[in-house]
Amino acid sequence: LQWPYCRKRCSYCNFNTYVVPAVDEAAVRACLVREALTLLRLSQVHSVTSVFFGGGTPSLASPRTIAAVLEAVAGAAHLPASAEVTLEANPSSTDTSRLTGFRGAGVNRLSIGVQSLDDAELRLLGREHTAAEARKAVEAARGLFPGRTSIDLMFGLPGQSRDSWAQGLEAALGLCDDHVSLYQLTLERGTALAAQVRRGTLPLPPQDLLADMYQTARTALVAAGFRHYEVSNFARKGALSNHNLSYWRADQYIGVGPGAHGRFVPQGEGSCSREARVQTPEPVAWMQEVQRQGHGTRSWVVLSLLEQLEELLTLGLRTDEGVTHERWGHFSPQLSLQAVFGVPGEARALQEQGWLLLDSSGLRCTWAGLAVLDSLLPDLLCQLQR
Amino acid sequence: QEKLDMSMYPVESIRNFSIIAHVDHGKSTLADRLLEITGTISKTDRNKQVLDKLQVERERGITVKAQSASLFYNHEGINYLLNLIDTPGHVDFSYEVSRSLSACQGVILVVDANEGIQAQTVANFYLAFEAQLSIIPVINKIDLKNADPERVEKQIEKLFDIPTDECIRISAKQGTNVEKVLEKVIEKIPPPQCNTADPLKALVFDSTFDHYRGVVANVALFGGEIAKGNKIVSAHTKKRYEVSEVGILTPNEQPTHKLYAGQVGYLIAGMKEVTEAQIGDTLFLYKQPVEPLPGFKSAKPMVFAGMYPVDQTEYNNLKSALERLTLNDSSVTVHRDSSLALGAGWRLGFLGLLHMEVFNQRLEQEYNMSVILTAPTVPYKAVLSSAKLIKEYGKDEITIINPAQFPDKFSVSEYLEPTVLGTIVTPHEYIGKIIALCQDRRAVQKDMLYIDENRVMLKYLFPLNEIVLDFYDALKSLSSGYASFDYEDAGYQAADLIKMDILLNGNPVEELSTIIHNDKAYATGKLLCERLKEAIPRQLFEIAIQAAIGKKIIARETLKAYRKNVVAKCYGGDITRRMKLLKRQAESKRLMRKIGNVEVPKDAFIRVLKRETDK
Repeated sequence: LQWPYCRKRCSYCNFNTYVVPAVDEAAVRACLVREALTLLRLSQVHSVTSVFFGGGTPSLASPRTIAAVLEAVAGAAHLPASAEVTLEANPSSTDTSRLTGFRGAGVNRLSIGVQSLDDAELRLLGREHTAAEARKAVEAARGLFPGRTSIDLMFGLPGQSRDSWAQGLEAALGLCDDHVSLYQLTLERGTALAAQVRRGTLPLPPQDLLADMYQTARTALVAAGFRHYEVSNFARKGALSNHNLSYWRADQYIGVGPGAHGRFVPQGEGSCSREARVQTPEPVAWMQEVQRQGHGTRSWVVLSLLEQLEELLTLGLRTDEGVTHERWGHFSPQLSLQAVFGVPGEARALQEQGWLLLDSSGLRCTWAGLAVLDSLLPDLLCQLQR
Repeated sequence: QEKLDMSMYPVESIRNFSIIAHVDHGKSTLADRLLEITGTISKTDRNKQVLDKLQVERERGITVKAQSASLFYNHEGINYLLNLIDTPGHVDFSYEVSRSLSACQGVILVVDANEGIQAQTVANFYLAFEAQLSIIPVINKIDLKNADPERVEKQIEKLFDIPTDECIRISAKQGTNVEKVLEKVIEKIPPPQCNTADPLKALVFDSTFDHYRGVVANVALFGGEIAKGNKIVSAHTKKRYEVSEVGILTPNEQPTHKLYAGQVGYLIAGMKEVTEAQIGDTLFLYKQPVEPLPGFKSAKPMVFAGMYPVDQTEYNNLKSALERLTLNDSSVTVHRDSSLALGAGWRLGFLGLLHMEVFNQRLEQEYNMSVILTAPTVPYKAVLSSAKLIKEYGKDEITIINPAQFPDKFSVSEYLEPTVLGTIVTPHEYIGKIIALCQDRRAVQKDMLYIDENRVMLKYLFPLNEIVLDFYDALKSLSSGYASFDYEDAGYQAADLIKMDILLNGNPVEELSTIIHNDKAYATGKLLCERLKEAIPRQLFEIAIQAAIGKKIIARETLKAYRKNVVAKCYGGDITRRMKLLKRQAESKRLMRKIGNVEVPKDAFIRVLKRETDK
């Protein structure tokens, strides 16, 4: 579910989010509920395994809204108590009483956008909070969602040195729970930060430094007991994000809210084909569409078998498990993973060079290969297309 | 349609003249005015560069193809036939200019009242002087604020030895004194010395291709007469034709019964290609051969460029566009060529850089084709010493157009490079910088003299290679536009040439081999390596980019391997975008050329080889 509102836009952000003076929460809530029901019915999904409240800043919504959506989902499909329900939160809207409210509404996992524990860096990123506030938020969350709190961290900021990153890592490791999402800052076109770098006001971090920071972080996290289970995600004691795993395993998922994305088979319409769907990005337009016809789907495209396999490959290789033979077989019972990539060709060359592994479990990247996955994918896609 | 009777104009009433000038001094505007005054065209505001028919000519304000116009003018009771032969105004076309002049008995030399004598003023003057033509100096643009006709008259006197009182001060734009020019033409320029009783002798000074009627040849008659039905022969090709139409240009074609000695017009005789009516050729009657007019030469290209379609699927379209464009331009030489990187294409020879640019522009405007032009090269030569190669080529001196043909130094007794004699006219404050620029281009000074208190004329012998790319631009920019440049072919000189290869991880990239002078090897090698580094994407291993002469490495750049290349976030909303990008990358992988283990995108070669466009 997308809650597309923020109090301000961070300097690096290019998400589908809006800063508005006032939000008609009741209206948005009603539309989220309505669309969720419509799409659940359309997909004919029996059981929901995870719910993720993203955005924007979902912690700005009231617990009442969260509760309403979850109730609606539970009414239209089976929502077991064991389902993972995650809420993304900003440290500036996560005091204990609020978090308690969310827990009461049904949230059982929290993802906090810490980004950095250095005040200067936070200012550079345009974040609303201080490092001290972030610490307090994480501690409060860990109290209410023990073992189920995740923090987001960023590296590769303009001007960041190896040392300052090392310090930041250490501080984060001391604070975090059992899940860390670690992102290299990407300078997206149209953001304030990108403009500053382009103008020369801020330095562009050198490629080698970024590579080093990533390696340092991976190594440190693994040493601290984390499993590096996806390019940017680390978990210990089994605290993986089930919801995100469903993206990378190309499971079915329904996107609700402005700009949300989905992948499912609209069995309710009699279809047996997996579709890629996007909801209308602009909140006002989206609400009108939901009010008119029950959902605000901007586009839906049937994915061909090739396209589904391409997605499965691209996403699956981001995880340490890679693409298993079973998962591949679910989409392509006729043409096995072995038949495509086990024959002489690009995959074999990449294996020989030490970037990939194809064995009895499936196809996955090596430790080194994961860091350069985007250099491997075009070759593999070529091979798959043939 | 009534045909004109040209017998009304005896030789004494004919004046054949041309207008010569430096670029932008007002040649075409003066031509417009003359056409208006003589009633050849009606006087309206819209008469601008009437004789420049090509779009590219009108846009660039230059004349590319020579046109002629016959004007009728009554002066003191006598009807005169004044044949104006408009000439190309650029150094690249000096051969055309010289042929046009050989059809004239006099010229109007136009000089801008503010700019004064420029490099082409000088060059054109000498052409006219050597052809022993009467010269009428005209100082134009006197209406402009900075005009200083007195100063210019003094320059003319000093440089050309023409008394100041012979100059006519005009404003072609406003029409001031233009009538006086016409009168001077009649008074000072002698009529042609020829006789209608002689056998036919016609000079071809231009030709165009008309889809319906075939080749239309512009001719000047040096003797005899010509009419429909005559059988004529080309002195150069020895082919025979029957004349189907003759006429004059006013400036549009107007058929006449006949053309007589001393007159200028056109003829159509069943020729299918413009190469059958080459500029400078002589036409005579069948069974009545004459001594061909002197000065004919086959077009000699000075600058070569590779031309390739942007994509091989466009090959046939480009092929037919080239065929049609060269129908009307016999001075472009065309050879098929192919490059491993760019596919099948051509190596074209042009008379000069402007010729090449105009050609390219016409391709874009008239045929809607955009092409890849590789850096211009010049025709080097080698004097072979290897018996084997001499036998293979059938001669001991060969012209090398493609680097792949470069014979190594053990098979050669001497390498030769083409040279030109360049004339630069500049205000004296830029002399130092210009001398430094010329020295940088391996030029040798041949002459230097002051043409007036402020300006100097410099003559340098340049290797052609050093000026084909950007010499003119560099000259203009360091003289704030005030220096002018003109050049002429000056034969070949011995040169220390080498073939430079570009290597990727030790493997040579054939498409990027170049022939250059040893002195310039390092600088060029470094530039190519740098450009190539920018044009190749990083790969999973380090790439050494090197420039080499034989086995010796002279320059190097390193492209480091990717150590991290994976997008940070890939959740629901990112997936579609990601897939699009990756699929595009997979597509372009297919079009990549693999050199050793290095993947090189097709446009990398284009980026490295392309002429640097004007910045």
